Amino acid sequence: MYRLLNIEFQKLRHNRASKILIITYFVLLTSIALIAAIKFDIGPIKFHLAEMGIFNFPYIWHFNSYIAAFFKLFLAIVIVSMMANEYSNKTLKQNLIDGLSKKEFVLSKFYTVIVFALVSTLFLFVVSLLLGLGFSNYTELSIIFSDLDYLLAFFVKLVGFFSFCLFLGVLVKRSAFALGFLFVWQFIEGIVFGVLRWKTDAETATSVMQFFPLNSMSNLIKQPFSRLSAVQSVANQVGEKFDFDYAVHWYEIVIVLGWTAIFVFLSFRLLKIRDL
Amino acid sequence: MESILTINNLTKKFGYLTAVKDLSFTIKKGNVYGILGPNGSGKSTTLGVVLNVVNKTSGDFHWFDGNISTHNALKKVGAIIERPNFYPYMTAYQNLKLVCQIKGVDYNKIDEKLETVELLDRKNSKFSTFSLGMKQRLAIASALLNDPEILILDEPTNGLDPKGIHQIREIIKEIASTGTTILLASHLLDEVEKVCTHVVVLRKGEKLYSGKVDEMTSSYGFFELKCDKEDELVKFLETHKTFGNIKVKDHLITAFLNEPLESASFNKLLFEQGFTLSHLVQRKESLEEQFLTLTNNK
Repeated sequence: MYRLLNIEFQKLRHNRASKILIITYFVLLTSIALIAAIKFDIGPIKFHLAEMGIFNFPYIWHFNSYIAAFFKLFLAIVIVSMMANEYSNKTLKQNLIDGLSKKEFVLSKFYTVIVFALVSTLFLFVVSLLLGLGFSNYTELSIIFSDLDYLLAFFVKLVGFFSFCLFLGVLVKRSAFALGFLFVWQFIEGIVFGVLRWKTDAETATSVMQFFPLNSMSNLIKQPFSRLSAVQSVANQVGEKFDFDYAVHWYEIVIVLGWTAIFVFLSFRLLKIRDL
Repeated sequence: MESILTINNLTKKFGYLTAVKDLSFTIKKGNVYGILGPNGSGKSTTLGVVLNVVNKTSGDFHWFDGNISTHNALKKVGAIIERPNFYPYMTAYQNLKLVCQIKGVDYNKIDEKLETVELLDRKNSKFSTFSLGMKQRLAIASALLNDPEILILDEPTNGLDPKGIHQIREIIKEIASTGTTILLASHLLDEVEKVCTHVVVLRKGEKLYSGKVDEMTSSYGFFELKCDKEDELVKFLETHKTFGNIKVKDHLITAFLNEPLESASFNKLLFEQGFTLSHLVQRKESLEEQFLTLTNNK
């Protein structure tokens, strides 16, 4: 496994485009901290986002993993192109001739995906912990380390999404088209949802849609905004009450892990049956 | 002799097209093999199958004694197919380092092999800045990294200028002289003739011949003769049982042998018969002539 990771990192390390994207991604992850700096101070209206409770433990785990997940697109580009480039440079062929098996080839990419997801999660953990320690109203250990399942969900979400990208890279062989396909797929899921909702009811539509790849990934971490006490108190004042399930459910994780397995397996199958 | 690669009844179909048809041959250690055949005769497909990049339709093949998986066997093989494929954004050194990681070879081989192909002074240049000849030489260096048991070269001089072709040939000859088994696929016959001891001839995916180069056609060569008494000589030769086909072109008589005959005794015989030759050359058919005979006959 170390050998395979080493091979893949050797390929990435010298690629300038990938390097820039990876660095940008981690800079953006850190930039979540900048939200703390959002501060309006216009005469009588004082607004400091950091004091609205978004950095309170354990809510910060939910909020930050939700926001951080938006940046995954940067790494998605890296992953799609690291796969598609092997086709366009014909280096995949050369790797196989040099004695890498097709299984090892897919595994070396998948291990890289896991490392990306793991490092992102660790990064998110550290940034959130520091932010929380700086701004949270509660700093008891038991509160700090509660609701950590959002981090697990974040990790699983990234692994699932990146595996999807990996598969698209193998399937389409061209980075730009593979990324295009990703957006088209997003539309397809949207259209299927629309049709289901129109033909049946919202409940059936949601329960069917949770099995679709992109939908299952976005289900993992629900939007955290309506959970914010400030938002809720406003809602209460206008007589609205949110009744929303924010928790990370085990079956949602299982669905995404299932897709991950399917994507990795399909990548391997495709590689196996194709002549290069 | 130890066998390195055994192919049994290998067939590969691309849809309705059969690229390789029921092909069998064995590569033995220490020989230099040429795979001959016109474009589209299935040379590259055959190599693709044994190199794990093309899936076979039926038949089988195994490397060495057959107790090793294909991808592990390939770590002991050096191969270049068609075009050099490397990561354009990496330097020569970095590209070779990656190959070392895949094959499990020590990095200290890199400089040595770059030296062999005379690229050591460009080791820190990016691959994308290389000329085609340099790319091809880098590919050879990469194939040599693991001191392979067999070196497979598919059209190594394709698209190169005369100087590049010469350089590559010199390198191949040098490697052959060290006793490394080589498998060279090419449609350039003089290339094969210069370095190979054995040939496999393919046409439309079928094997026409496999064996030693000089046993390819059952021929004893021919004489080229010139003589003042041309017509009489031709008549004499036609009645002589040692000779088969006799051709005359521009006063040059070409007489093909049916059985072995030394030029000295032939000369003596003719002199005794009263023929004084102004020109006598004994030759074997070139590989090209043999190849054409073989591909036309069947």
